[in-house]
Amino acid sequence: MADDQAAGQTILVVGGGISGLTAAVEAAEVGYKVLLVEKDPHLGGRVAQHYQYFPKLCSPSCGLEINYQRVKNNPLIRVMTLAEVEDIQGTEGNYTVRIRQNPRFVTEKCTGCGDCSRACTVTVPNPFNFGMNEIKAIRASHAMAYPGHYFMDAAYARSAEAQTLVSVCPVGAIDPNMSATTLEEKVGSIVWATGWQPYDAEKIQPYGFGRFANVSTNMRFERLANTYGPTGGTLTRPSDGKEIKNIAFIQCAGSRDHNHLPFCSRVCCLASMKQATYVRSQFPDAKVTIYYIDLRAMDRYEGFQKKVEADPSITWIKSKPARIDEDPVTKDPIVVGENTLTGVRYADPYDMVVLATGMEPNSATTARVPAQAVAYDEYGFVVKGGQVLSTGCTATPLDVAAAVQAGTAVALKAIQSAARRG
Amino acid sequence: MAYDLSFARDVYKNSEMGHWIKMCKQCGVCAGSCPLGPHWEFSPRQLFQMVRAGKKEEVLKSHSMWMCTSCYNCIVRCPRGLPITHIVHGLARYASVKGYADPDQVTNRFATRIFWTNIVSTGRVGEAMLTMRLYFVDGIAAGIKQGLEMKDSALGMLKAKRLNPIPLRGKIKGYAGFQAMLTKAQELEEKRESGV
Repeated sequence: MADDQAAGQTILVVGGGISGLTAAVEAAEVGYKVLLVEKDPHLGGRVAQHYQYFPKLCSPSCGLEINYQRVKNNPLIRVMTLAEVEDIQGTEGNYTVRIRQNPRFVTEKCTGCGDCSRACTVTVPNPFNFGMNEIKAIRASHAMAYPGHYFMDAAYARSAEAQTLVSVCPVGAIDPNMSATTLEEKVGSIVWATGWQPYDAEKIQPYGFGRFANVSTNMRFERLANTYGPTGGTLTRPSDGKEIKNIAFIQCAGSRDHNHLPFCSRVCCLASMKQATYVRSQFPDAKVTIYYIDLRAMDRYEGFQKKVEADPSITWIKSKPARIDEDPVTKDPIVVGENTLTGVRYADPYDMVVLATGMEPNSATTARVPAQAVAYDEYGFVVKGGQVLSTGCTATPLDVAAAVQAGTAVALKAIQSAARRG
Repeated sequence: MAYDLSFARDVYKNSEMGHWIKMCKQCGVCAGSCPLGPHWEFSPRQLFQMVRAGKKEEVLKSHSMWMCTSCYNCIVRCPRGLPITHIVHGLARYASVKGYADPDQVTNRFATRIFWTNIVSTGRVGEAMLTMRLYFVDGIAAGIKQGLEMKDSALGMLKAKRLNPIPLRGKIKGYAGFQAMLTKAQELEEKRESGV
């Protein structure tokens, strides 16, 4: 039947981060219909939160913008944001999926003029900046957000003020009474690209994240360095706004540790080297210290390591620190441990300490695959052998370039899978 | 330079929990976690690497493994899950068996001459006697000085019923059985340590 044929050729991509986005455009550009489902209000995932990529130190916005153009200009791609896959039934080539569409409270008529946001008096901790600043309860997630339509927080939508915004909007796009809907779609194959979350640094109790103001994490530091971040890109510390001129990075914070993530996330060493360059370029007199067990500049990135190592203001200490204390007066974090090359025990104060936390797959926690047949490894990554095809950081920790390659590769697998329709 | 692996292999086999030393990845968390860290000559990490490098004399003559107070911080934090406390106690025992342990090392002295005789003589720890013998180990003057320094703590413990003031309370019920258990345990341990 004609309908069946069409169904067999639609590829469902779950997750609109860099790997899902890549899989979607690659499959669509060779003629397959693609349904791209994203749980956030915008595409771009973790990559959108980054300030710069290694090794070229360029902004991720250009790479994302190109992909948004490819999505926007391709009629074969249908994007659903604020949507989650709840159920998967059927077999390869002939799946029925149930998708929950959460309310946006703003329709596609929105032009992004910002009148509603200016009229809104309620602010919430900004999730895009990990709660480091406040943002309006009706907004676009960030300056580069795609789709550009605004959205409203569900809690705010129930307030009386939300109703008053209906008349503020010049195009009548606001509807606080919108509710969630459920729809069923027929698809031929399923790509699972739900990505990762930073490992919860509060679980690494001896390092004091959450207790000490000036202990941060690598993903937070990306936002701190970003022009659209909580400080407008100025590297100042939370406790007193002091410029961060003496900073330490702790590698394997909650990684390669049987108490936390037992595996290596592959990118954190390079990410810290990259972040060292943020500090060094903003403050020429800044000092950086990197604590490591062993440096893992994976694949072709050793050249980047060499470049960073050439900077004499960056000190490398072979040691996994045992704990962080806090100076009660200055609020300087004090890193305590043993230098394993000299055997000397140190207790050194810094303006800020950044924990290089690893990648925990969302499929281990919040984005479990609702399929009967699904294969996870012991850490919750989705691996070969189940009904869905995993890619990007859902399959294994990857840097951005490798996630793009993985997304391209899975597009071909998804096409083959759809063609093997039962 | 050639490594002599015979020492490391013997420790893996005959020192309690010694085989875990192979798993150490030399990160240094144990050293920084140890409350007595700065007072050890060698951190656990260094001891383990010295075992692996065949430095038998340096390891076994060291006082470092006698410094452990069994606080278990290192075990909790070790990213590889090494039972560091037990390994370190194992090395102390191993050094004793091999005849390297310094009998005047404070922990060794306390354990073998004071604690052991105290518990074996009656089958229970007599806290008052134990404390007295510990204080007077360096002579009468030092003992009185120590005792006066700790007076308030001792009175507090008495009040809280954490210290039994009677120095000699006699033997426990079934003392013969207790002795038989000790004899058997020692026999088993000797058998294990002789490598049979």
